Amino acid sequence: MQAPTLDRSPDTAETTRKLRVATASLSGCFGCHMSLLDIDARITELVKLVEFDRSPITDIKTCGPCDIGLVEGAVANSENVHVLRELRANCQILIALGACAVNGGLPAQRNHLDVGEMLEDVYRDIDEGLPCVPDDPELPLLLDRVRPVNEVVRVDYFIPGCPPSGDTLWKYLTDLIGGRMPRLDYDLFRYD
Amino acid sequence: MQGLDDTLGQILTAHRKDPRRLVQILRAAQSEAGWISPEIAAFLADELCMPISRIHAVVQFYAFLYDRPVGRYRVLFSDNIIDRMLGSVALRQHMQRRMKVGRGAVSADGLVSIDTTSCTGMGDQGPALMINNRQIVRLTTRRIDEICDLMRDGAPLEDWPSHYFTISDRIRRAESLLGTSYVPGKALAQAIELGPQGVLDDLRRSNLRGRGGAGFTTAMKWELCAEAEAETRYIICNADEGEPGTFKDRVLLNSFAERIFEGMAIGGYAIGARHGVIYLRGEYDYLRAPLEMKLAAMRQRGLLGTNVLGVPGFDFDIEIQMGAGAYICGEETALIESLEGKPGRPRIRPPFPVTRGYNDMPSVVNNVETLCKVVEVMRIGGRAYALLGTKQSTGSKLISVSGDVARPGVYEYPFGVRIQTVLDDCGATDVAAVQISGAGGMTLAPHEFGRRIAFEDVPTSGAFMVFNRSRDMFEVARNFMHFFAHESCGFCTPCRVGCALSASIMDKIAAGLGAQYELNELTRLGAVMRTSSHCGLGQTAGNAVADTLQKFRPDYERRLMAGDFAPAFDLDAALERARQVTSREDAQAHLEGVA
Ligand SMILES: Cc1cc2nc3c(=O)[nH]c(=O)nc-3n(C[C@H](O)[C@H](O)[C@H](O)COP(=O)(O)O)c2cc1C
Ligand code: SF4
Ligand code: SF4
Repeated sequence: MQAPTLDRSPDTAETTRKLRVATASLSGCFGCHMSLLDIDARITELVKLVEFDRSPITDIKTCGPCDIGLVEGAVANSENVHVLRELRANCQILIALGACAVNGGLPAQRNHLDVGEMLEDVYRDIDEGLPCVPDDPELPLLLDRVRPVNEVVRVDYFIPGCPPSGDTLWKYLTDLIGGRMPRLDYDLFRYD
Repeated sequence: MQGLDDTLGQILTAHRKDPRRLVQILRAAQSEAGWISPEIAAFLADELCMPISRIHAVVQFYAFLYDRPVGRYRVLFSDNIIDRMLGSVALRQHMQRRMKVGRGAVSADGLVSIDTTSCTGMGDQGPALMINNRQIVRLTTRRIDEICDLMRDGAPLEDWPSHYFTISDRIRRAESLLGTSYVPGKALAQAIELGPQGVLDDLRRSNLRGRGGAGFTTAMKWELCAEAEAETRYIICNADEGEPGTFKDRVLLNSFAERIFEGMAIGGYAIGARHGVIYLRGEYDYLRAPLEMKLAAMRQRGLLGTNVLGVPGFDFDIEIQMGAGAYICGEETALIESLEGKPGRPRIRPPFPVTRGYNDMPSVVNNVETLCKVVEVMRIGGRAYALLGTKQSTGSKLISVSGDVARPGVYEYPFGVRIQTVLDDCGATDVAAVQISGAGGMTLAPHEFGRRIAFEDVPTSGAFMVFNRSRDMFEVARNFMHFFAHESCGFCTPCRVGCALSASIMDKIAAGLGAQYELNELTRLGAVMRTSSHCGLGQTAGNAVADTLQKFRPDYERRLMAGDFAPAFDLDAALERARQVTSREDAQAHLEGVA
């Protein structure tokens, strides 16, 4: 694979610069972000090496130039598309994090239903029984099918799992930050 | 319903109410009723004492079994790349227009359904179609028009002009198999003179290797089976011939059937098997009746049945079981599953069929051609046999030549023949590529035409598809990838998902939406499929893409778009349904095409 790694060669200033990391949850359950917090005390080591840009953790809403972007969740609506494109445009390396981002996961369960009928069934006036789907322009519209992130933008790495464990994320990130091609041992993505 | 129940009852009785004959029972039921309706499924489940889910699993697995109504005329166009090169797509569209029916659909009046199917084994005389299990070849627009008229008139197939259904052998070059006269029973008599061990010894001396693809030494296979402890053993003839571009077994089954039967009987004698089974692909249904007649004639001559050739205790007979449109059933353990009335999913090996095969008994599975070669070995002796061909590939090989050649058909050569020699003989000019051994085989470019057909160089199960310089090798690989995505049995993830993903990436590139990223993905997926699929199908499914990517890269590159990445679908169109139900048309209700 031609997936990029970061240049962290010892003789450049790059070694000491703090890397910038953005994270986003598209249509996911935040379980993958919880896993990120699951690295526990190691988070203090992590913040010595990286600085968080746009992320639910920092509550920063827009993304600046970053080294690494982590995307949780599938692409289910127009807002997801905007957020994902922003991350892709700003991040040198984009990582699909967890089953939803990698495959569509749970949200994609709706893919065998017609999105229009589904909305009309869910939003129904209780008294009259007629559909009344909210039409506020602030609400993102749903895509007809839920997509994994790599069907909408180019993705450099995929981390499987629902969610991937804290240890998995730690290993992956420390490899990347160290300028290495990330490698997961079998027990880090063995689930049975 | 009563009438149908009676018919189904008769079918069940004919198959001894044996659940292991489910595929055969369903085929018979369907030829009465047109499709397997929920009532039929429920009735059969009841009578066979099996959960209805087992019936559904089998019906859904086989392409030629239907769980919804199909047209009274079911038209299936062979969709191999060779048929396409001969114009099958335009012919199908022409018929669809004339009969007013979409691909994969049934016409409003229930008269006709039109769809495609994997290679029907008529590459030398395509484009071809199947209509209610009959084959029609050499299609032209005029022939399609005639067929449309006959269907409109509701004419029964028996009343159609018989020359429609004529399939020729087209033997272009003959050697020891196709070119030698045959005296029925002579090889079997020789076998009896040698005795079972003598047959195995002679076969070993011949170094005969299987012609079905893997090239396993036949003597070793037979010996392992003979050594296995068991009350019953089976000789199974693999007549599934599903490899796209292969049709040499069709010719053997049509004109050399007695040799196949005799080869099976010799096998039965050598390993102590009393039962032989021919697994005939559903596409060759038209060969079934003639084969049954020839079997009856063999019995009459005392070459099959009890005390064969007067040898007390040597009982051997052969039955034919039909496939139902599943390429994977050519894989020997999937074939056995199918014979046992199940979806054809390859078994986990070991145990191998030679120790535990059909009905859990030791079984030899041999290709049609291999069994014919056994007769030859008996006739001339193993030592003489081994003189022909090369050291590791003795004897001759049948090659099915199709594509951009002046003389398509079956060619028999001693092993070791160079690709260029075959090309010269069949009248191929301006050749850009040869696809050897079917969709999962090798794609050879001109600088490799000096290579030899033999297990030690270019192994083949017999397909030899020729493409000239006007052909687009990307489209060839895309056709093959779709073939595998369609035929994957779905048992293991690398193949089930890998084939589907690869096929959709090929479609994306074809639509002009691919970039370098997609080429990398194809390579990555191919490696996963090759190294972690359960059986040969998945392991070889990525070969044509890998070979053409390497040798015909410009055919890919000229389709790539300039940018870095684009989705394969229209994002704005994906919002259309939600726009409808919200009646929104504001700026936020749209997405631009590019990031
Ligand atoms: C996907 C797949 C399809 C196959 N299709 C056929 C086939 O159509 N005919 C055949 O004889 N062997 C086919 N084989 C090979 C059989 O598994 C088996 O090796 C062969 O029938 C053994 O006979 P032989 O030793 O005489 O070659 C196929 C194998 C695979 C993996
Ligand atoms: S992959 Fe699992 S944990 Fe992560 S967002 Fe999806 S559902 Fe939640
Ligand atoms: S490789 Fe493909 S055909 Fe073979 S067992 Fe796996 S899914 Fe089935």
